[in-house]
Amino acid sequence: MEARNGRSAHGTGRTARGARHAVTESRVTLRVNDTEHRVELEHSATLLEVLREALGLTDSQKGCDDGRCGACTVLLDGRRVNSCLLLAVAQEGREIVTVEGLVAAAHAEDDRHPLRPAAEERDVLRCAYCAPEQHRPAAEAPTAGDSAQPSVVTEIDLPTDAPVRLTADEVRDRLSGHLCRCGAYPNRADTGLDVVV
Amino acid sequence: MKPVSYVNPRTLKEAAAAHGGRPEARYLGGGTNLVDLMKLGVERPDVLVDITRLSLDAIEEQADGSLRVGATARNSDLATHPAVKERYPMLAQALLSGASGQLRNMATTAGNLLQRTRCGYFQDLSRPCNKRVPGSGCGAIEGVNREHAVLGHSSHCVATHPSDLAVALAALDALVELVGPGGVRTVPLTEFYLLPQDRPDLETVMRPGELVTAVLLLAPPAGSVSRYRKARDRAGYTFALASVAAVVRLERGAVRHVTVAFGGLAHRPWRARRTEAALLGTSPTPETIERAVEAELADAVPLRHNAYKVELARGLAHEVLSTLTTRPGTP
Ligand SMILES: Cc1cc2nc3c(=O)[nH]c(=O)nc-3n(C[C@H](O)[C@H](O)[C@H](O)COP(=O)(O)OP(=O)(O)OC[C@H]3O[C@@H](n4cnc5c(N)ncnc54)[C@H](O)[C@@H]3O)c2cc1C
Ligand code: SF4
Ligand code: FES
Ligand code: FES
Repeated sequence: MEARNGRSAHGTGRTARGARHAVTESRVTLRVNDTEHRVELEHSATLLEVLREALGLTDSQKGCDDGRCGACTVLLDGRRVNSCLLLAVAQEGREIVTVEGLVAAAHAEDDRHPLRPAAEERDVLRCAYCAPEQHRPAAEAPTAGDSAQPSVVTEIDLPTDAPVRLTADEVRDRLSGHLCRCGAYPNRADTGLDVVV
Repeated sequence: MKPVSYVNPRTLKEAAAAHGGRPEARYLGGGTNLVDLMKLGVERPDVLVDITRLSLDAIEEQADGSLRVGATARNSDLATHPAVKERYPMLAQALLSGASGQLRNMATTAGNLLQRTRCGYFQDLSRPCNKRVPGSGCGAIEGVNREHAVLGHSSHCVATHPSDLAVALAALDALVELVGPGGVRTVPLTEFYLLPQDRPDLETVMRPGELVTAVLLLAPPAGSVSRYRKARDRAGYTFALASVAAVVRLERGAVRHVTVAFGGLAHRPWRARRTEAALLGTSPTPETIERAVEAELADAVPLRHNAYKVELARGLAHEVLSTLTTRPGTP
């Protein structure tokens, strides 16, 4: 798939020569949701901008654009990151999964994540702007990526290989990388607990 | 954002050549601070040298019992490394108290140490700031300075260093390994950062083009215990107003080893040498701990909006040192 973020590219810019010739745009291959995309981009373009503007994947939201709100969260090589602070040019060869990718994977398996009914039951959402991303840490907690990480509320003297117990405080701390302007936090944390405990 | 070249070297030599020690060149780690500052126009590099593919991300136990942490090891990997959880739990506490899960997955060890101050005037191009534009003045000294320094500041700059990791490393007597045109050298973390004096634009002892390649942690003193405690405006996802890192080893109730470092109070992690000296060899009581903490904080010079920091730091240090000196399990 070919895409571009608005301006034309001149050269690769990924060699030491690039510095001398002041190449500021490149053509790179990004692997997003199991699909390779050839993208022409400015080096200053963030991954979030390329996902939204060049690839049309708009479930990753631009909230704060400076790392504070979590609305732009994607998985990079299986771990959650803020795509607004990543330069797209530096992500060649890495595996990127957006909310669209997670949803497609769930549909392919004819699977409704248990968080969905739990969230509906508790009537969690207000405007739902933060919803796709807010679901993720709770959904991930028991299984994926950084699940083995304790948060700061976890007793640190825990034996090294003991699993982290997902207490209410633990779930809340995991959600803390996601701001919700409607303040739907209490129900959100309870929903997480519904499915993990 | 200003257009920028991007270089993706595979060896240290290529990285050094691409950087060339030029003031407009920047190494790119996780980018969580640099990209943010580029958006704000505070950083305007003409070339970014990506160092995340240099294979500098290993965390390795050495034969002598020390731990070598590669410069690009991610904060989340460091916090959960078995050797860190077992031998430097305070380091894990410091890392996990910072930022968010997403940011810790991106942030690198060296990038964390070299992140710039969160001073709002530094980040706002319309304000004077000696750190950003030497000689332009300091917006914070007479401005809103609730989050600024109470120790070691100057009439040129009252900024604080924002890293939690650096505070823990200061108390652990860590070493920073640097590679540059002059070869390899190691600098104790406690000597790595500069006080602002009349050149707040100079923040570390790094020379032009030097790259941090690793942080070295010595084996902790046998039988020592450690703790990191951080106070902030809300329980999660925000920077320290004040913090304390400490390592203590007791022998029959008496302090045989003690290091204490404050965060959030100064332009660099602040080693409380006077507190340490006052405690060493004593069998601490609440009163002696109080006097020891006071020995360091008596020098504090608060600004208009941050006198609360001294009281906050006092309370944190008291709690941390009391906990560590009454902890069961130490002979
Ligand atoms: C919302 C938010 C909340 C945060 N909260 C906290 C917090 O509570 N506690 C905390 O400690 N931090 C916090 N942070 C800061 C975060 O920890 C730092 O941004 C991060 O650690 C920087 O690491 P990086 O690898 O992304 O650095 P980069 O942004 O890549 O680099 C930072 C600087 O270091 C230089 N650099 C990087 N690596 C090297 C190297 N090897 N050699 C020489 N120079 C190098 C770069 O050129 C740049 O100048 C927060 C950040 C955000 C956005
Ligand atoms: S405190 Fe330092 S960083 Fe902040 S405005 Fe003053 S000179 Fe700049
Ligand atoms: S848009 Fe990335 S964290 Fe807010
Ligand atoms: S429900 Fe509106 S932002 Fe979270």
